[in-house]
Amino acid sequence: MSVERGQRAVFCGLTGIVWLHRKIQGAFFLVVGSRTCAHLIQSAAGVMIFAEPRFATAIIEERDLAGMSDANAELDRVVARLLEGRSDIKLLFLVGSCPSEVIKLDLSRAAQRLSARFAPTVRVLNYSGSGIETTFTQGEDACLASLVPTLPADEQPGLLVVGSLADVVEAQLQRLLVQMGIPSVQFLPPRHAERLPGIGSHTRYLLAQPFLADTARALEERGARRIAAPMPYGAEGTTFWLEAAAEAFAVDRRRLEELIAAPRQRAQRAVAAHRSLLAGKRVFFFPDSQLEVPLARFLTRELSMVAVEIATPYLHRGHLDRELALLPPGSRIIEGPGVDAQLDRCRAEQPDLVVCGMGLANPLEAEGLATKWSIELMFAPIQGYEQAGDLAELFARPLVRRTRLAV
Amino acid sequence: MQLTLWTYEGPPHVGAMRIATAMQGLHYVLHSPQGDTYADLLFTMIERRDQRPPVTYTTFQARDLGGDTAQLLQSAVLAAYERHQPQAMLVGASCTAELLQDDPGGLAQALNLPVPVVALELPAYQRKENWGAAETFYRLVRTLAAPGNRVQPAADRRPRCNLLGATALGFRHRDDVCEITRLLGRLGIDINVTAPFGATPADLARLGAADFNVVLYPEIARPAAEWLEKTFSQPWTRTIPIGIAATRAFIAEVAELAQVSADEVLAGAPSRLPWYSRSVDSNYLTGKRVFIFGDATHAIAAARIATDELGFTVVGLGSYSREHAREVREAAARHGLEALITDDYLAVEAAVTELQPELVLGTQMERHIAKRLRIPCAVISAPIHVQDFPARYAPQMGWEGANVIFDTWVQPLMMGLEEHLLTMFRGDHEFHDEAAPSHLGATPVASVTPVPTPPAAATAAGAGAGAGVSWSDEAERELGKIPFFVRGKARRNTESYAAQRQLSLVTLETLYDAKAHFAR
Repeated sequence: MSVERGQRAVFCGLTGIVWLHRKIQGAFFLVVGSRTCAHLIQSAAGVMIFAEPRFATAIIEERDLAGMSDANAELDRVVARLLEGRSDIKLLFLVGSCPSEVIKLDLSRAAQRLSARFAPTVRVLNYSGSGIETTFTQGEDACLASLVPTLPADEQPGLLVVGSLADVVEAQLQRLLVQMGIPSVQFLPPRHAERLPGIGSHTRYLLAQPFLADTARALEERGARRIAAPMPYGAEGTTFWLEAAAEAFAVDRRRLEELIAAPRQRAQRAVAAHRSLLAGKRVFFFPDSQLEVPLARFLTRELSMVAVEIATPYLHRGHLDRELALLPPGSRIIEGPGVDAQLDRCRAEQPDLVVCGMGLANPLEAEGLATKWSIELMFAPIQGYEQAGDLAELFARPLVRRTRLAV
Repeated sequence: MQLTLWTYEGPPHVGAMRIATAMQGLHYVLHSPQGDTYADLLFTMIERRDQRPPVTYTTFQARDLGGDTAQLLQSAVLAAYERHQPQAMLVGASCTAELLQDDPGGLAQALNLPVPVVALELPAYQRKENWGAAETFYRLVRTLAAPGNRVQPAADRRPRCNLLGATALGFRHRDDVCEITRLLGRLGIDINVTAPFGATPADLARLGAADFNVVLYPEIARPAAEWLEKTFSQPWTRTIPIGIAATRAFIAEVAELAQVSADEVLAGAPSRLPWYSRSVDSNYLTGKRVFIFGDATHAIAAARIATDELGFTVVGLGSYSREHAREVREAAARHGLEALITDDYLAVEAAVTELQPELVLGTQMERHIAKRLRIPCAVISAPIHVQDFPARYAPQMGWEGANVIFDTWVQPLMMGLEEHLLTMFRGDHEFHDEAAPSHLGATPVASVTPVPTPPAAATAAGAGAGAGVSWSDEAERELGKIPFFVRGKARRNTESYAAQRQLSLVTLETLYDAKAHFAR
C-alpha cells in the first residue's frame, strides 16, 4: 500500500449532482461558482436535460469579485428568482465550489439566512463540492453529511442504509431487510426531500457506498452506530452485507439463509456466466470513484481476475477494513493521484482491462488497451444479488466487444 | 451573479484548450484545481480524440493554498516540459487560480525554458470560450510568427494563403478545412499554413510567407488576422463560404486577392442544392417558418441560406456571441427581425415556444428545446455533442457543405407528398395520426403513446398557453382531423385566438375563425 502525489485526473465533488438530483425528488442543487462549474456539470452529465432541470449555477461575475455588488445580496436575488414559480423545490442545496471557497463566500450563513426567509416552504442547506476540498464521489458524502443534522430524531431501533442507490436496487434490498424482520429500514438519501429518515442512538447504519467518511461521522454524532460490512457487490459481497445487518439485529441464521438462498444462487449463476471470459484477465484501476477497492475484491474473488494495480483517490482504511482483508495478499494498492506515473505503469503492465475516467478511456483504447469507464459504475444499478450479473457484464462487455470486432 | 441552467460557451481556458489540442508540438500548463480536468473528456469523448489533450493541470488542493501554489506551478511546468518536449508552451490560470494571483506566466518565464512560453491572461469572470480561443491564437501568432519571414514576390510561384480559425471541438472544422483547401487548390492557390488545426509552433513562425489569409471562423481568427494584416500587410477574407451565394462570393473574393481567374471554378459550381431547391417536390419548403440560433457566423449564414436558397421564412434569429452582436443585429434587420442576443437558455426557449416555428436550426441546446416542443430541428453550430462529429465527410462550407446543409435541414421535415398522403389516407393504418414520417424509420411516436388519449385528457394536456379555454366536442373532433404534426400549433393558435377574444369555449366556428386569422 503506498501513497502517491502528482497531477490528478478526476472530477470534483460537483459531479455528484449529476446523480443526486435524479435521486432526491423535490431537491434542487444551486452551485455557487464559475462558468467552469456550470460547464463541468453539463459536460459530465453528458446530456442536456429534457425535463425541468433540478440543478443550476449561480455564476460569479467580475462585479461580485470587485465588491461592486454584495455577493450575498446577489445570491439572495438569484435564489429568489429561482424559487419563483418553482413550487416543486422543497429543499435547496447551496453547493460551494473552488471559487466560492477561495473568495470565502460563507454559504452556511447564506443557507441559514435563506432558510429563515423561505421557511417553511423551502429548506436551504449547503455543502462544498469544490475540487480543492472534494474528489468526485466525495461530493455525495458532503451532501449527505449536510442532511444528517436535519434528520428528525427517532429513538426506535432501526436500520439506515446510507449511500445513493438506484430505486430498483433500493427496493430489492429493502424487501430482503424487511423480510429478515428488521424493525425499521430507511434509506439516506431519501427518495423525496420531504420524507427524511429518522435517526437516534438506537439507529444502526450500513454503508452502501464506500466513500461516505463525513456522513458516517455526522451519523455517529447523532448517536447512530456503524455496522461494518463489505460493499454489496456480487453474490458474495451482498451476502456479507446482508449477514452483517442480520447479525446486528440478531436475525435468526436459518431465517436469513432461507431468504437469501434463491437470490444468492441466481446471482452466482449470473456472475458465473462471465467467469470463463474474465478469469485470469488482468485489470488495472485508475483512481476515480473510491469504488476501486470493493470492485477489485469482487473481480478477484468472484471472477478470478488479477488486479495488477488498485489506485483510489482516497483510502478510508476504517470503512474498508473488511474489503482490504478480502483482497489477495500483496495487492498493489495506491492511494492518491499521479496520472503520468500511473499511465507509465499501466502501459508497462499492458493489462487486459483498464478501469478509468472518461478523459483517459479513448486515448488508452487507441493504444490498444481495453477500458471500462468508471463513471458508469456510479450511474448503473450494480449493488445487490439481482445486479451481480450486470456488474460482471459491465467488465466483460469491453472484452466481448473486442472478440466480435473484425475491423 | 448570473443564474445559469445551461451554458452555451465554456470558460475562456477551454477556448485555449481548443487551440492547444488542435495543434501539434504545443503544451499547455493550466494552473487549476483537479475538477478542471473534466475538460479532457470534451475532446476524448465528444470529439472521440485518440490522445489526451496536451494539457497539464497543476491540480492544487485546499491544503496547498496556505503553502506555495507558485512552486507547484513551476514544478508542473518543468515536469511537463521534460516529459513532452514541446516546441512552445502555453501557461495560464483557470477561474480559481486567477483568484490566487500567482502570475503563472511570469513564474513560467522565470524558468528560462529553451522554448517560447506564451503567458495567457484569460479573465474567467468576464469572458468566455470563444474569446479565450481567439485570444490564445492571437497570442501564439504574435509570439511565434517571425517578422523576418516576409512574402516573396509572387511571379515565379502559385499564390498562397493561410487558412485560419479551425480548432479542436469545432463544428465541422475538420471537414471545412478539407473542403476549402480543395476549393483553393482548384483556383490555383496553395495553402501556406493551416492553423491552429494541425499546425506546430514552427508552422506559425512561417505565417508571414503567405500572400493573404483566409479567415474561416472570425470568432476564433479575427484578432490574429488583424495583427497579421498590420504586421505583414496580409489582407484577409471577410466572406464565410457557407451556402451557394456565399461560396461564390468567397471564390470571387479569394480570386481577387490571389489575382487568379475564378471563371472556371464558378462555372463548374458542382453543388446539387440549387437544383434540389428548384425541383418541384421542394415546393413544400416554401415559407416554412424557421427559428435560427447559434454562434454569429453560423447563425448569419443559416439565415441567408434559409431565405435565399431554400425559400423558408426566418421568424427568429439570434446568437450567444455577444462579441459579434452587431453583425447578427444587422443580419436580423435584413430579415425584418430583431435579433435575440442572449446566453440565457431560458430566453431562447421562451422565444421558440412563442414563435412556434416549423423548423429550428440551432445548437445542441435548441435541439433539446425543439425535441421537447416536438419541432423538427437541425444542428448548425457549437455547442455540439458526439453526434455532431459524424464519421462521414460532412462539411458546412463550400459546394459539398451546401449539399450537406440541404440534406440535414430538409430531412427532419415531413416530405411534401407524404404530408398530403397522410391527410388523404389518415384512416389507413400506416397513416394513422401517430405515425412518424416514413423516412425517419420506426414509429417512435406511436411506441411512446400506444393508447389513444381520450379527447378530454388531450385538452387538459394540450392546454397551457390557453389555460381556461375549453373545447366543444365538435371542435375537438375537428381538431383531431388535422394532421398531428400541425395539430399542436393549431390548438395553441386557436386557444390564444379565443383567449384574446375572451371566449371560454372553442367551437367549430372559433377553430375556423382562428385558422383564417392566422393564415399566411
